[in-house]
Amino acid sequence: MEQRLFALQRLSAMVMAPFVLVHLGIILYAVRGGLTAAEILARTQGSLFWIPFYSLFVISVAVHVPIGLRNILIEWARLSRGAASVCCFLFGLLLLSMGLRAVAAVGGLLS
Amino acid sequence: MEATKAAQRTLKVRIARGTEDGNFTTYEVPWRENQTVLDVVTEVQRRIEPTLSYRFACRVGVCGSCAMTVNGKPRWTCRTHVSRVEEDGVIVIEPLRNMPRIKDLVVDMSEFFDKWKKAGSTFVGTATRHEPPAAVSPTSKKRKMADAAIECINCGVCYASCDVVAWDKEYLGPAALNRAWTLFNDERHADPKDVLKKATSGSGCNSCHTQGNCMTHCPVSLSPTGSIAGLKKNALLQFLKGGD
Repeated sequence: MEQRLFALQRLSAMVMAPFVLVHLGIILYAVRGGLTAAEILARTQGSLFWIPFYSLFVISVAVHVPIGLRNILIEWARLSRGAASVCCFLFGLLLLSMGLRAVAAVGGLLS
Repeated sequence: MEATKAAQRTLKVRIARGTEDGNFTTYEVPWRENQTVLDVVTEVQRRIEPTLSYRFACRVGVCGSCAMTVNGKPRWTCRTHVSRVEEDGVIVIEPLRNMPRIKDLVVDMSEFFDKWKKAGSTFVGTATRHEPPAAVSPTSKKRKMADAAIECINCGVCYASCDVVAWDKEYLGPAALNRAWTLFNDERHADPKDVLKKATSGSGCNSCHTQGNCMTHCPVSLSPTGSIAGLKKNALLQFLKGGD
């Protein structure tokens, strides 16, 4: 279990590294001449690049963050491994559902 | 005679007493040339406070029994000269951190040794007494890695210095994992995979934050941090190969 989580956290970090760089790069590029919500939505809605890119980004965040948070709860909040696992599993589900919902909305899949 | 008396300086020693935190008694002892912190504790116990409890055995940095916290840092008191640690003629001596205190400067090291076993540190041979001794090349990579970590004498200084141990009472600690690393690299050991399994389970090597306190304070300059990094790397490789 611990070894699996350790490996998953490292692997998800490796997946996220290029995502973060592309994410920041696109923000800098896109806002260079000012930006409105309508312009953003015009680019993202129905985009075959944007939707899968951010779906994978959200999934890797939902894997990576709860594992780190679990360690913090065990070490600093002195929670038992079981309690920390349950809390962080639920938090991971919350991140995943909120993230995917945002991707679906900005990607125009809900309209 | 007068000159000698005038030159006799005294050292203030604040020693943690009893079983509760924050209970200190201050003693004054003659400040001598080439005096170690262990000499000071012994002088206090022999001349001023016979009820003072502390541990020591060899007095020369071989046994590791006399480790205490001196001015906030864990050290072997027998290898620490007063001149190196005194601050304005004062030294503060406390028991080692992270282990339950028995009395004064003595801590209960049971959990430290229990974790040593839990980390998969027991050697299991494959040869019988009828076979010749194993020929392990001193130049082999594994032998060199084991050699770099083998000189640990279990004094508990690294365990006391480790913040992860302070946060997570289940964490196996630097000494136990350092031992597991030497055994993992021992070519004669029957089951190195089992060592990895035990060293990574629960609050094992993966809990280490690589802060390096163990490495900084180790009196024999070992690097348990490096040993733990080796365990992490090999465990991860084994996991990715599907060995779990």
